[in-house]
Amino acid sequence: MHKPVLVIACGALAREITDLKRSYGWSHLRLRCLDAKLHNRPEEIPERVREAIRESRADYEHIFIAYADCGTGGALDGVLEQEGVERLPGAHCYQLFAGSRRFSLLSSAEPGTFYLTDFLARHFERLVIEPLGLAEHPELRDAYFGNYRRLVYLSQTLDAELVRAARQAADRLALAFEHVHCGYGELESGLAERLSRWDDDQEDLRLLA
Amino acid sequence: MTDEELNSAATGEDEEDIVLADLPDDELVEQMHDDLYDGLKEEVVEGTEILLARGWSAEKVLNKALVEGMRIVGVDFRDGILFVPEVLLAANSMKGGMELLRPLLAETGVKPIGKMVIGTVKGDIHDIGKNLVSMMMEGAGFEVVDIGINNDVDAYFAALEEHKPDILGMSALLTTTMPYMKVVIDELVKQGIRDDYLVLVGGAPLNEEFGQAVGADGYCRDAAQAAEMAPRLLKERREAIGA
Repeated sequence: MHKPVLVIACGALAREITDLKRSYGWSHLRLRCLDAKLHNRPEEIPERVREAIRESRADYEHIFIAYADCGTGGALDGVLEQEGVERLPGAHCYQLFAGSRRFSLLSSAEPGTFYLTDFLARHFERLVIEPLGLAEHPELRDAYFGNYRRLVYLSQTLDAELVRAARQAADRLALAFEHVHCGYGELESGLAERLSRWDDDQEDLRLLA
Repeated sequence: MTDEELNSAATGEDEEDIVLADLPDDELVEQMHDDLYDGLKEEVVEGTEILLARGWSAEKVLNKALVEGMRIVGVDFRDGILFVPEVLLAANSMKGGMELLRPLLAETGVKPIGKMVIGTVKGDIHDIGKNLVSMMMEGAGFEVVDIGINNDVDAYFAALEEHKPDILGMSALLTTTMPYMKVVIDELVKQGIRDDYLVLVGGAPLNEEFGQAVGADGYCRDAAQAAEMAPRLLKERREAIGA
């Protein structure tokens, strides 16, 4: 019997983690998500994560954070070090899904690249257009995207509807469109590695007993 | 109250339009602060024209109406009351007023209080913050040379050589690009010219500790703070070297 493990995640990863949980049969994984809109105020992420850790600490032996650095400039790592909890690798979910090497190639080939994931393609209007005020003030397009040249959709699933939505997003921002299928990338490997390490530790303890 | 009055009270349709030209100077300046806050470019431009027509100097209009209005916007942005779209609209309004004032300021021959070269670092194309800083620095009396986005060491050094500024400003939005600031500062040290410039850094993921760690003279949390910090540090530096 596995001990329950808590994953505190960005809401933008909820669907993907739930899918991995089902595929891998991680029935002992509990998921707690924080609002994905926190990305519009990344300075608030570290303390919100700390609160979630402290609220759950008594109920779980193992807690893992499904965030990358996410624009916190190392502040999230500072909090996690104090709390003794680990997180996924990388700077943001684009790097997480694409993998470090591929993301580095994409960004160095064209620094003016705007990225979408499945989550962002699905909620483009609510998470990009609305917070940037572009629906009301389309004249702000150049202030935000004047230096961008292309939109790259880093897909997790192969869903024709989402590809169409991502292409429409590129058209709306007047950017060239590219689609790179990534799957779950380092989200999958990071979670699988962490959960199997805890399972091994538990097995060792059981054998020692 | 008649039905008509009730209806107009509910819709606000009966509210009188404010005629800017009818307002006394102090009320007009306050109204311009409000209009700038609300991103009403045409009204800000009109207010600027009115004050100039009343004999205000371009410098006074700039400081009392535009820079002060933008400072209020900056404070509310910092406090989470305003968000980026509102700040951009306000900045666009200020820009409208600045376009009227710029030639007049040049005509008066007022010497800039200093010169700044500013650009985003290599790999970073996000220039909203840099553009706001440029505008506020100009408002604070600096000559600003904006070298744009995605600057490597060579680009910064070429601009320093050509423009001989007092201040080098570097901006980054990404955690992956901000370490490049240290590359530039280390090269300044290596070439023995670090002390020739004040180096100011800024950008959303940066903080005070990062600024110190890369060896900058100052970390600017936002554009308003840059415009406040730059003249002060420059004055201190000039006094220290007896310039």
